[in-house]
Amino acid sequence: MSNYETDAAVLDAPSPPMVNRFGEWLIIAPGHTFDSITEKISNVVLQMGTPRWWFGALLIGMAFAVGLFFALTVLVFKGIGIWGNNEPVGWAWDITNFVWWIGIGHAGTLISAILLLLKQEWRTTISRFSETMTIFAVMCAGLFPIFHTGRPWVAYWLFPLPNTMGVWPQFKSPLVWDVFAVSTYFTLSVVFWYIGLIPDLSTMRDRAKSSVVKKIYGTFAMGWRGSTRHWSRYETTCLLLAGLCTPLVVSVHSVVSMDFAVGIVPGWHTTIFPPYFVAGAVYSGFAMVLTLVLPARKLFHLEDFITMRHIESMAKVMLATGLIVGYAYVFEPFFGLVYSGNRYEKFLILNRAFGPYAPFYWTLILCNVITPQFLWWRKIRNNIVLLFIISIVVNIGMWLERFVIIAVSLHRDFLSSSWGAFRPTIFDILTFAGTLGLFLTLMLLFVRAVPTIPMFELKTSLPQAHRVGHPEEGTFEEEVAS
Amino acid sequence: MNEVKKYPIYGVMAEFETSSDLITATHQAFDKGYRVMDAYTPFPIEEVSETIGFHRHHNKVPLITLIGGLCGLVGGYTLATFAASIWFPLNIAGRPFVAWPMFIPVTFECTILLAGLSCAIGMLVMNGLPQPYHPVFNVPGFNLATNNRFFLCIEARDPMYDEDAVMGLFRSVNAREVTRVDG
Repeated sequence: MSNYETDAAVLDAPSPPMVNRFGEWLIIAPGHTFDSITEKISNVVLQMGTPRWWFGALLIGMAFAVGLFFALTVLVFKGIGIWGNNEPVGWAWDITNFVWWIGIGHAGTLISAILLLLKQEWRTTISRFSETMTIFAVMCAGLFPIFHTGRPWVAYWLFPLPNTMGVWPQFKSPLVWDVFAVSTYFTLSVVFWYIGLIPDLSTMRDRAKSSVVKKIYGTFAMGWRGSTRHWSRYETTCLLLAGLCTPLVVSVHSVVSMDFAVGIVPGWHTTIFPPYFVAGAVYSGFAMVLTLVLPARKLFHLEDFITMRHIESMAKVMLATGLIVGYAYVFEPFFGLVYSGNRYEKFLILNRAFGPYAPFYWTLILCNVITPQFLWWRKIRNNIVLLFIISIVVNIGMWLERFVIIAVSLHRDFLSSSWGAFRPTIFDILTFAGTLGLFLTLMLLFVRAVPTIPMFELKTSLPQAHRVGHPEEGTFEEEVAS
Repeated sequence: MNEVKKYPIYGVMAEFETSSDLITATHQAFDKGYRVMDAYTPFPIEEVSETIGFHRHHNKVPLITLIGGLCGLVGGYTLATFAASIWFPLNIAGRPFVAWPMFIPVTFECTILLAGLSCAIGMLVMNGLPQPYHPVFNVPGFNLATNNRFFLCIEARDPMYDEDAVMGLFRSVNAREVTRVDG
């Protein structure tokens, strides 16, 4: 079986068609072997060297992160008055950004947990990328409520810790639920990510040339040796964690939505919020995965593993969740104008569409409802440049959605004497742009430090991973020929 | 550690090029009566774990997860109830102190958190990880076990262990390399 060796001639030959005999995109380019998978993915970290664009991008990311550091330092000294938050708009960009970042994280868990349980094989290659995105997005999200407290050094008061004041958190408040939901989500996302990484870290350990690098990977690989007993428990663990993360991810954004829905503010007090928020979260998350994966695939030459199949599937998920979000946009005015019979709710809906913030609302409809409709066309789903643009537009749209929900609902209070407006200050902008920079910095460090695609999992989707000559499986040659 | 001292030789390791060679060899070894063996593969192969005799009921990870989850369930609910009714009761418009539906989100998150943590930690503990040193790492070429080669080791602890017989068995089943593993 010469096919098991890396055959440079095969890999360098003009690319064979990336579709199977039914015209469907393949999950992995034909001709790959276990060794070529290891080589191609681990070389991005170990062999390729650091490309020049990486330093440029890191510089930009870190520059923004420095802006974040500056803005937060000023905040610690002066208080949150430096933001544009006011009465009645007590929640503004900070909570908008928090919800936006948390939502982005949801795609990672959806891909790694829910699609694993549904046995969607295409999820494998993009799972690590999106799980990492989840962790970094939740880190960015966490900064906002912590600093919004104004006294981040006592943020541990959020947790139920015995203290000399005898005070405990109010367990009937959704804000306390949120602390539990987000911290559980972050912890388990990190655990799931790290557990998924262990076998690949051992591969990196075994391939690294320098002894220092070997020791670093070896330490984190914890002495993984691929024992069958270990694999057996390992697979069970992955399945169980996926099963646990699936309701968790649904609960997190539901709880986030209850921060709003439990209050009586017009535009917040609706039962549609939990499913609407979860769909929106998955929608924005897939948009962010596309925004990250499309350039990474090109820059690190991973087209063999992140094929058009993955990209098209993600576009389809985006279209589906976009439609759910659109459905919610239709029903919100229905509840407000017709069903509630409440004059404040009616006013809110009209104010949203025709009030001072109307341009934001209509831009959001354009971004979130009109734009994804282009994804009905296969040609557009297969056009990388257009998809990249659509993904960014959707990200902007989802940010606007949260801003409209939060600021527009708050700026017209029940009494017209309490009406106000929100305008961001430079510190709002620096903080938000700074989290984008922090996110970019962390993602750049990630792609240089660990394999971006789970190698061991990808190997199981090769035909060779199955028993050759088994009556129900095609042979390797047949698979390649098809 | 006593085991290693008692058996200065850890076992005999065979290297295979394909997963099907490994599966065939494992079947043969099990049929010959060997029981203390382990395979080392770059990715999970379900059939191998069955053939070396590691059955589903040997796997305690689900049980550990369940126990962890139950602890979280009870702990989370108790925490919320005690805080809201005994440690810091707040009378807000005469609403009940123990309003159990309001405690469900926290109870749920605690259940998931402890179940997930005990699942991951339980897996590592049951696997004996972290374990930086293991005799099988002495085998030349074992670094390919995380890449593209498949290994099978019959350990010296096996009551039927006989070095020459094991080596002979491995050579007869298409092994690429057969090596003695020093303990």
